[in-house]
Amino acid sequence: MRISTFFYTLKQGNINIFRNKLFSLASIATISACLFLFGLFYAVIVNFQHVIKTAEQGVSVTVFFKDGTSQEEMEQIGEQIRGRSEVADAVFVSADEAWAQWAPENIGEDYDEIYSENPLAGMDNYEIYMKDVSQQENLVTWLESIPQVDSVEHSEVAATTLTGVNALVAYVSVGIIAILLAVSIFLINNTVMIGISVRKEEIEIMKYIGATDFFVRSPFVVEGILIGLIGSVIPLVVIYLIYVRAIYYVAIQFPSLAGLLSFLPVSEVYRTLVPISLGLGAGIGFLGSFITVRKHLRV
Amino acid sequence: MIQLERVSKSYSTGSPALDNVSLHIKKGEFVFIVGDSGSGKSTLIKLLLRELLPTSGRVVVNGSDVARLKRRQVPKFRRCLGIVFQDFRLLNDRNVYENVAFAQRVIQMPTKSMRRNVPNALAMVGLAGKYKAKTRQLSGGEQQRVALARALVNEPPILLADEPTGNLDPKNSWEIMQLLERINQEKGTTILVVTHNREIVNAMQKRVITMKKGVIISDEEKGGYIDED
Repeated sequence: MRISTFFYTLKQGNINIFRNKLFSLASIATISACLFLFGLFYAVIVNFQHVIKTAEQGVSVTVFFKDGTSQEEMEQIGEQIRGRSEVADAVFVSADEAWAQWAPENIGEDYDEIYSENPLAGMDNYEIYMKDVSQQENLVTWLESIPQVDSVEHSEVAATTLTGVNALVAYVSVGIIAILLAVSIFLINNTVMIGISVRKEEIEIMKYIGATDFFVRSPFVVEGILIGLIGSVIPLVVIYLIYVRAIYYVAIQFPSLAGLLSFLPVSEVYRTLVPISLGLGAGIGFLGSFITVRKHLRV
Repeated sequence: MIQLERVSKSYSTGSPALDNVSLHIKKGEFVFIVGDSGSGKSTLIKLLLRELLPTSGRVVVNGSDVARLKRRQVPKFRRCLGIVFQDFRLLNDRNVYENVAFAQRVIQMPTKSMRRNVPNALAMVGLAGKYKAKTRQLSGGEQQRVALARALVNEPPILLADEPTGNLDPKNSWEIMQLLERINQEKGTTILVVTHNREIVNAMQKRVITMKKGVIISDEEKGGYIDED
């Protein structure tokens, strides 16, 4: 392709948007509406997942060692625990630390006057935090197989509940996103089809003159991609404003909830949402125009 | 330049649109194709454009057997044909210059050459001064001249004109036909004109092929319009 043809294609794609203002506006509005719903749903889902993730990280497995296990052995086991893919972190809590943490809250500041010796002696342990709580059972089985391990404490109910909620959220998300995308493609295909059938004659003229399919299609595809990009930027801006305000509103109006629900910062949500939305917008615009023009190319 | 050997074309229903038609048009000829509606003229043009394929027989245009062309070869094949339609088929959202330049863009002509060729083509049809005008601002005759300039700017060896005067008054019709004759004589372009215009056909004294119900019923050098009644 000549450079002049490349720039001509870009220019025509741009001009087409303004030339067919109503069609362009209808297409942009359709894409915006679809991607707005998608973006809103995405923002809710990632926050929900964030809440679950935070809850998961609070679920810990505690490992106690048998009497006579040396400090060196415990450290080695700690390294093995940290090396496992499902483990986020493993914190060693010595018996003295455990006593120093527990006693003042439960006995009082003068606990060392009541107890001259640490009643938790020999209760050195690791508190293990999971990356993926669904793997808790595997980890527990492995930990119990280590000869130096005396006992493993964990909450099976919390792990099972969180795993179930996680799976449910994943299925619902995939389902709703698939429905939203299918509806988007259907609406956009219809809009593009109406717009292009108006220009059927223009395509016919091009073909009679000897234009290749690529030459005929390129300006329409450029137009489709531009419309898709504009259509994806609008909901991104709107969702940004809504999101920022919603966080502010919850923090001010429901301070008690703010402690329970930790919202993801907008920058973190947008790190993924921006490329996905722009990609979807451009992709839908590309596919919509590519497929619809093809129907008119057989002249 | 154009050769049809026992060409038939049938659609799914009814009698064949073309029935065993053979004809040969030499390089540089000026030929009228006349006949009533349903005589097969439009089918003939569509076969030459490779918009349709023959049911049987062979259509050769500028050395290419149209039935053997692959889909991707069709655009290049069509560039050897200039085409003019009754309804002009201009891009109405573009000006005169852009309409003519469009044919050059299609063949990826360098911009420098395009800037020379487009004004030359417009000058040939007498519209050099109106290159900035929108096509809707032009009269029917002027629009047909733009279509003619677009058809000729790539200097095709063959020009197909499908009822080029069908939407024009007698004065403009004459001007267009004179222009076609001049192009035929000066550039040696092979010209095939499908028309109903009896006066023009009779006055031009060119080869006339008359069709009826898909068959050639007459082919005369310096012929006239045959009344079929």
